[in-house]
Amino acid sequence: MRWLLLKDLQILRRSPLQLTLLVLYPIVIALLVGFAMTRGPEQTTVALYNAMPAGESLGFGSDQIDGDEIRDQLCDRVDCVEADSTAGARKMVESGEATAAVIVPEDLGDKIRSLASLTPESPQIQVIVNGSDAVENQVTDDRIDAMLGEANLLLAKRLSEGAKEYLDLILKGGQFDVLGQKIEVLGLQKSEQILKRIEPELPPGTSKEELGRAVRFAHLATDNLDLAGPLLTAITEPIQVDKVVVGDDAPSLDTFAIGVTVAFALMFVTVLLVAGSLALEREENAFTRLTAGLVSRGQILAGKVGLGTLVGAVVALILLLGLGIFVGIEWGRAPYWLLALIFGAAAFSAGGAALGAAAREVRAATLAAVMICLPIALLSLVPDDAVGSAVETMINLVSAIFPFRPTLDAVTAGLEISGGGIWLPLIHLTILTAAYSALARLALRRF
Amino acid sequence: MEPLHTEPALDARAVTKSFDGRQALAGIDFEVGPGEVVALIGPNGAGKTTLLSILAGISEPDSGTVEADGVAWVPQMAALYRRLSVRENLLLFARLQRDAGQTDEKPEQMVERMLDLTGLADRAGDRVGTLSGGNQQRINIAIGLMAEPTVLLLDEPSVGLDPAQRERLWGFVLGLVGEGTAVAFSTHDIQEAERYGERIAVVAEGERIFNGTADELRQAVEAGGESAGDLETSFLAFLRERGH
Repeated sequence: MRWLLLKDLQILRRSPLQLTLLVLYPIVIALLVGFAMTRGPEQTTVALYNAMPAGESLGFGSDQIDGDEIRDQLCDRVDCVEADSTAGARKMVESGEATAAVIVPEDLGDKIRSLASLTPESPQIQVIVNGSDAVENQVTDDRIDAMLGEANLLLAKRLSEGAKEYLDLILKGGQFDVLGQKIEVLGLQKSEQILKRIEPELPPGTSKEELGRAVRFAHLATDNLDLAGPLLTAITEPIQVDKVVVGDDAPSLDTFAIGVTVAFALMFVTVLLVAGSLALEREENAFTRLTAGLVSRGQILAGKVGLGTLVGAVVALILLLGLGIFVGIEWGRAPYWLLALIFGAAAFSAGGAALGAAAREVRAATLAAVMICLPIALLSLVPDDAVGSAVETMINLVSAIFPFRPTLDAVTAGLEISGGGIWLPLIHLTILTAAYSALARLALRRF
Repeated sequence: MEPLHTEPALDARAVTKSFDGRQALAGIDFEVGPGEVVALIGPNGAGKTTLLSILAGISEPDSGTVEADGVAWVPQMAALYRRLSVRENLLLFARLQRDAGQTDEKPEQMVERMLDLTGLADRAGDRVGTLSGGNQQRINIAIGLMAEPTVLLLDEPSVGLDPAQRERLWGFVLGLVGEGTAVAFSTHDIQEAERYGERIAVVAEGERIFNGTADELRQAVEAGGESAGDLETSFLAFLRERGH
């Protein structure tokens, strides 16, 4: 078997393209995924046209937001460029200079102020997006939603604070500014105190009963309006979430991303290599000569699985080392993730051998490997909650008979202690290695 | 005809083989004497390759016996790794043969011997894929000779070779015969069978319908009242006469 393994490594070395791919593939993937994981999303460029009169503020009473504050809020999450008109902003979106445009209309201030009146109007801003790219549209929508959400939150806070001040004025009394003139407001608390004070001094038989009712009203109003203040403040606060996690801890997103990358690399390298290499034995007419008393079919199979395990594990290791430049990998857990790489590579190799033995031709084996591996791997990534129970059962079944999911579980568990246990996926992979090897051995009988 | 050799190096009796209900060999007898060269001819699908693979021990007969001591089989298409060099191919099979207990000779020593035998020592470092078809076939045969077999079975050895390559190949094979190796080869080239085969076995529909020299085949045709002409004409007339 060792001579067959040596021969396969020599053949691998003789194929510059294959060898270059085997070395470059993990490095390029590591660089791409590493950059993707460490770099934040690029800022979206948004054209902003503020049609509000210069110097105008938004808000009520003393709680005003000026134009700069509005701009800061809008442009906190996006790259803003100033537009000189609605048409100018539209042009910037159409030309691609800006992904979207936000138009603040001239009457926004009036409409916001009307919210505190008896005839409130809906304040509205206009958003222009370029509809030619569905993915970019979604990203832009999300960012503008977030941007407007923050601005709305600030506005709601200011509104509630303004309303609370009015309530305080009604409760405690004070000065109120109307058209530049100061008006003294007595306030319910002081009204109650005054009424209480003069009640005993009133002669019997006069309107003492009516006065008593006025005192009770002032008292009740004071108590209840006192509660309205905290209530108004509370509705502007975001809802607090009390998160309770049950069952195994899920791996972190970074660990999951590394696991998916490694599992994909292992899958493609080992399945394609072993399936192609085994089919090549037949295409080069060597299989019959080898099995004519020199080596057994089982030894050839063991040699191919050994080749795939060795090459796959080395490629995955290079990939992990590359990713380690960008994201933290726990080197102390190396024995665990190395085990995961070796067991995963062995299971994929056995699967590749079964495929190569069944296909019998290099081209057919390669095509079958891609057509089978890719959809099953992607299916394994579908979250359970995203589909109905029947489909979920089907997906779980398919995932269980293919090495991708257990390899992913083993790698994530190997990388992170908070992931699920590593031993169960390793046992799963061992069973799959044995099952696929048995299938390959069966297929080799008519190879 | 008189047997050319009384103690066959390979002796197969009443061999049968079927594939999916279709009978490929129907109780065929075949033997090769020591140092003898036997040509196996017959129409396509006659069972030549099936017979050779059973004689080589690659496939099992359904019934019948095969007695042989030291048989090597050389497949029709060169069974070589095209990306490995001549030396690497020879070394791989030499190591495997030693591990399989077919020889005690050191692999490196065997490689040198085979390079000398094939006359390809100067191409030892070249990849097999860059060699001509004739040279690839020489390496192919050399691998079959590593275990120093008594009988060498060649399945259509000269397919795809030009006349010059074919002549060089046969020069190489006859050199082995001169050293005592018996050769049985299948071919569709009747001239090749006559030129190199001391004896000719005609196989049709899984049976041996003729066993003798080229002249004896001609005589058999003439005895049937047809004109013999060259061997190819005789061969075709013989098949017609026997209903094939």
